[in-house]
Amino acid sequence: MTASPTPFDVEAVRRDFPILGRTLADGRPLVYLDAGATSQRPQQVIDAEVAFLTSGNAAVKRGAHQMAEAATDAYEGARERVAAFIGARRAEEIVFTKNATESLNLVAYALGNGDASTPDRLRVREGDEILVTEMEHHANLVPWQELARRTGATLRWIPLGDDFRLDLTDLDSLLTERTKVLALSHQSNVLGTVNPVRELAERARAVGALVVLDACQSVPHMPVSVADLGVDLLAFSGHKMLGPTGIGVLWGRYDVLAELPPFLTGGSMIEEVFMDRSTYAEPPARFEAGTPMVSQAVGLAAACDYLDGLGRENVLAHEGALTRRAIAGLAEIPGVRILGPALSDDRAGAVAFDLAGRHPHDVGQVLDSLGIQVRVGHHCAWPLHRRYGLHGTTRASFSVHTTAAEVDALVDGMAQVVAFFDRFR
Amino acid sequence: MTSASLTSLYTDIIFEHDKRPLHAGLREPFEGEVHHVNPTCGDEITLRLHLTGPVDDPVIEDVSYDAQGCAMSRASASMMADLLRGQSVERAAEISDSFELSMASRGKDAGDEELIGDAVALLGASKFPGRVKCVVMPWKAYRAALVESLAALGAAEA
Repeated sequence: MTASPTPFDVEAVRRDFPILGRTLADGRPLVYLDAGATSQRPQQVIDAEVAFLTSGNAAVKRGAHQMAEAATDAYEGARERVAAFIGARRAEEIVFTKNATESLNLVAYALGNGDASTPDRLRVREGDEILVTEMEHHANLVPWQELARRTGATLRWIPLGDDFRLDLTDLDSLLTERTKVLALSHQSNVLGTVNPVRELAERARAVGALVVLDACQSVPHMPVSVADLGVDLLAFSGHKMLGPTGIGVLWGRYDVLAELPPFLTGGSMIEEVFMDRSTYAEPPARFEAGTPMVSQAVGLAAACDYLDGLGRENVLAHEGALTRRAIAGLAEIPGVRILGPALSDDRAGAVAFDLAGRHPHDVGQVLDSLGIQVRVGHHCAWPLHRRYGLHGTTRASFSVHTTAAEVDALVDGMAQVVAFFDRFR
Repeated sequence: MTSASLTSLYTDIIFEHDKRPLHAGLREPFEGEVHHVNPTCGDEITLRLHLTGPVDDPVIEDVSYDAQGCAMSRASASMMADLLRGQSVERAAEISDSFELSMASRGKDAGDEELIGDAVALLGASKFPGRVKCVVMPWKAYRAALVESLAALGAAEA
């Protein structure tokens, strides 16, 4: 293997992540390869939250005292920061939610909440179709199943091919004038496959379908600009991008958000309230009922600063090199089958694999004893695993602090897994 | 190379049952059949129970099953079927209560070998909270199948 072409100093990055200094059982150093489930946080993110809580905490958008105004500025400043991070035209296109799952549910519920005053394209009804894909995380599948059930719409899906990419052969019959929504992921959380979003969004626009993108696995790991993608709505989580848990983002094109009915209702999202009816605020306030998560928003803004400081192209290059190294190394382990496209451009840093004859829980248990933290199971993508005849896989996923040595530890760990279970043959 | 807790989890007897599970496969007759899944990992078990004798003191004639899962869960199903077959339902309750109590002990309770036999080997998993569910799933399936079977037996006698 050639030296890693990482364009930043990984050892310096590692010093920003205090958790990487801890050890596990038997004094093993932590090899954290589960960033796809949740990422670790750099000191800068932790400090930003602590600074807000120790000197700036107050309820936002309520009251006129100095503290409330400063807290509101911090919260709205975070919104502007996130907007810039994903290339949104205006901060009002950013809605803060609990997590990406809530962002996707917000859209799925809002599309079923309309009435006669709602534009037809933002109202899913009986006879309409919702198109998803077979690779979706449950968070971008179950809410659409539920929307179909509530409205009488029909759920259809783009199948997965044997090459671990979407099989677009029958797209013309799946994406039609009846399609109201196309919901898909930018990058598969299992296969690593990066979908041709721009092309699909163009096809969807041609038939008048709204495009909803689950960008949980792309936003933390590559440059993502909503202006380039051509989608209408996009969701991601704070905790997968070096930020806090408890905060997610829904970006929506302003003209879409402006006509979308609310999901959660209550305080902060209203314009006028009477005993028998209410009118609603403009976006984003319309979609942020109740007291929002402020310190988390501040932490998320710091995570945007951190990733932009490293350079998102650099992050992509770094994690791409690790992915190639992992795939090349794991391919040498007897019995390992990688679930995902081989080395190519439309493939990013989630490396899921099967070890013949061994359940992923057993594989993960042995890796865990070596300090290697990977995800095992179906990774909230059960239909995807069923498609490939598996109950689950073992998945390694990388972050800015992952080193080539850690990838090698995974490959070596898999050799030890094979040796460990061979004893019982 | 491998840690002590790992070798206490994966013992030869676990792999013996994983490789050559006892009483595996679904058989007839049966009074109760259940299908349980572990939603975190996607593991599945279908379990059938065949009881004989009077409804107030039935005996477990057969436990048959089809289990998809990790070595721990498959070994657990195998050991459980072997332990419970031929026991009275009353005795089986003592066995399963004792086993599940030990499994919940986070490694503190070594288990009653006279009562649960080889299944003491499964208790290595009680130190790993993430694995307790894997091991307990077949036993939960047995309990659910028992409820079904007793109801069927009662209906048949009435």
